[in-house]
Amino acid sequence: MATAEPFLSMRGIDKSFGNIPALTGASLEVNEGEVMALIGQNGAGKSTMIKVLNGFCRKDAGGITFNGETWSASSPEMAQRGGVSTIFQEINLIPFRTVTENIYLGRELKNRFGLLDLRRMHDGARALLAEFDVDVDVRRPLGEFSTAIQQMVAIARAVSFESRLVIMDEPTSSLDEHEVAVLFETIRRLKAKRVAVVFVSHKLDELYAVCDRVTVMRDGRTVAVSPMSEMSKLQLVATMLGRDLAEVRRAGATAFTEGTRAIGEELLSVRDVAVGRRVHDASLSVRRGEIVGLAGLLGAGRTETARAIYGAGPHEKGEIRLLGKKTDFTEPVDAIRAGIGFCSEDRKHEGIIPGMSVRENLTLALLPALSRAGIVDEARQREIVLRFIKEIGIKCSSPEQRIRELSGGNQQKVLLARWLCMNPKLLILDEPTRGIDVGAKAEIQRLIRKLADDGLGVLMISSEIEEIVEGADRVFVLRDGRTTVELDGAAITEPAVMGAMAHGHGDVE
Amino acid sequence: MSSALENAPAPVPGSVGTPPRTGVASMLSRGHVGTLAALIALLIFNFLFTPHFATMQTLSVNLTQVCVIVIVGVGMTMVIATGGIDLSVGALMAIAGAFAPQIFQGLLFPVPNLYVGIALGIILPVILAGCFGLFNGWLVANFRVQPIIATLILFIAGRGIAQVWTNGDLQVFKVPEFQQIAIGRVFGVPFQVWIMLALVLISAWALRRTVYGRQVLAVGGNEQAAWLAGIPVRRVKMLVYVISGVCSGIAGLIVIAMNSAADANLIGMGIELDVIAAVAVGGTLLTGGRATIIGTLLGALIIQLVRYTLLANGVPDAAALIVKAGLIVLAVWLQRQDRA
Repeated sequence: MATAEPFLSMRGIDKSFGNIPALTGASLEVNEGEVMALIGQNGAGKSTMIKVLNGFCRKDAGGITFNGETWSASSPEMAQRGGVSTIFQEINLIPFRTVTENIYLGRELKNRFGLLDLRRMHDGARALLAEFDVDVDVRRPLGEFSTAIQQMVAIARAVSFESRLVIMDEPTSSLDEHEVAVLFETIRRLKAKRVAVVFVSHKLDELYAVCDRVTVMRDGRTVAVSPMSEMSKLQLVATMLGRDLAEVRRAGATAFTEGTRAIGEELLSVRDVAVGRRVHDASLSVRRGEIVGLAGLLGAGRTETARAIYGAGPHEKGEIRLLGKKTDFTEPVDAIRAGIGFCSEDRKHEGIIPGMSVRENLTLALLPALSRAGIVDEARQREIVLRFIKEIGIKCSSPEQRIRELSGGNQQKVLLARWLCMNPKLLILDEPTRGIDVGAKAEIQRLIRKLADDGLGVLMISSEIEEIVEGADRVFVLRDGRTTVELDGAAITEPAVMGAMAHGHGDVE
Repeated sequence: MSSALENAPAPVPGSVGTPPRTGVASMLSRGHVGTLAALIALLIFNFLFTPHFATMQTLSVNLTQVCVIVIVGVGMTMVIATGGIDLSVGALMAIAGAFAPQIFQGLLFPVPNLYVGIALGIILPVILAGCFGLFNGWLVANFRVQPIIATLILFIAGRGIAQVWTNGDLQVFKVPEFQQIAIGRVFGVPFQVWIMLALVLISAWALRRTVYGRQVLAVGGNEQAAWLAGIPVRRVKMLVYVISGVCSGIAGLIVIAMNSAADANLIGMGIELDVIAAVAVGGTLLTGGRATIIGTLLGALIIQLVRYTLLANGVPDAAALIVKAGLIVLAVWLQRQDRA
């Protein structure tokens, strides 16, 4: 009965949205008990491929077989019953309901009176989470826990369906190192049970840590399938970009190059700032013309510190000075007037206004300055928008295109332009390249470098050590809400930054 | 990872995209085509089948009946554009309507002459209604009370205030000079219709072209993002409720001018639902972020015309209510199609 047919086989898949093809003849094959990495730039078709598989969208052409049978799930629920569960990038659980209820949603255990058997469900939830090293009160509402815990609950829930194939779409984007390790352990356990896993991630290290094989997609096609160990990181990036390997090697892993380093006066100084329970004693400074990296583990207080500087969150203690003057921002608008711009890590919920056009999103903050007597000067607005679309290479069909139709990288460029057109002195970027494909990421990194070279001060939060090490002129490391180390120039190395994140002091002193 | 648009060629600036439309064309966007088509279909049906439809009198009757709903609808559209809702509009109409006669009749304080009295009798009630709107906005913006609850307070108390103030009495008056605002005619069209058109055109233009208008839509589209981009979210929200209050005040005055009597128990009774229906049928997104005032005008006209068509062809008013509900279902369904 052993045939050559793989466990999951998707062949010749076509899918168009309107008349824009998202997939053309794409394929994906996964064997039983195999962890398959699925990578590609934004817009390469990974998400569409997953959505076709889990029944979220209908394919236009092509064939899918799963476990020896023709696969025709027409909804994610149906796919789940058929043995394919998906863990989405965004957690879709119910924050007001308890952890237990979320885990048992849609398949509640009942006692012999037909009522909810809460005790059995609580026990089950506790046992399930224990497998993931998560020890929480399962009777509390899910929303009370951190994003990471919520993500783990989502994963636990998906795995607990007796799935034969689990799709994980960037499951680690909100997990810290320890939690990632636990997740990998889970993946290995699934593998041992002969469960197949499709793993989507932008973090290359993770792929090498846990995946057996890799499928690379580009422009809606499957361009390479290879055992993970036979493909180097550079080869992988080159295949994804469709570029020559030598060229990528020359350009380095990130697009940050050594700048001209005309570093000027001190723009921002933050001393002993405390914010809520997360930040106890954060200090940092940014000078004109430099990129300052703010590193730290998830929950170290980076975002809270940045928001306090921007006036988007309160700080109880310490002082923040801009150009030597003590600031007293109570609202973001105060910080904007003082010449600060801020890009949130949560592009979708705190950055774009999805239903509005590129033009309107780009000029959102500039609007008051673009008007006379409260009336928008549309000619000038259009001129500015076209200039920025050209200058920073925003790919859109027209300035009137709705921003939600753009890829993540292009949305981020619009958000950067929203601040650049204000001529800010200081730009705070919280995870500027999160969830953005390699190509657009390099463009954005290059842009940030150029802006700093032109005299802008940049405070950049990033969870990617490479980005911090290669991009920043100086680095501050936060650990448990305290600034532990300041690194400068040649002292910025991966071991130094990681050491400071982990132990609170750099290996290189 | 959204779509394959990523791979589309970069546009050549200046050569792509339609330039922003100006004037009337900009106000009648593609979204209105369906609504407009429905309205025209209704008109054609009536020209063919309803007796005496193509008369000035029919036009007048229909327009005057729709006026009040559209005027209140202007404010409601702005409120809904921010993702809110205003249930207090009818009650605020009653307040403005109950106060006005007492002012222009000189019962509240002595007025030097009739015309000063009428001027004050128009301005003060409208300001008063605006102040009550400010109270709504204050609750919503400063205390983050859900709009439906915040405006429920004045929905209940507002009419009570008007009734207590007038002891629940019907105030009959005969001041033709004041009543001109409703029944006076300019070029054969009732003055209230001109007021309605002016409000619709000004606010439709303002929503599109002014900073405030764009900020209203930005707040409705994504409040967090708008706040982080420096938009004064609280002020924007507060002001839409003031605008809604002012519109309600004007509508309240028109109602009493038409009736030559003010009855706090009846002015604007139940109008909030008619207005919300008109806004929804017109194509404004009830979750905020997309709004069209021209659409609200068309929506109100359609609802009115459907009702008139049924009445004129012998269908009782009660049955017309069911058809009205059907229209709302249809409108909501169309909105969902659009979003998918």
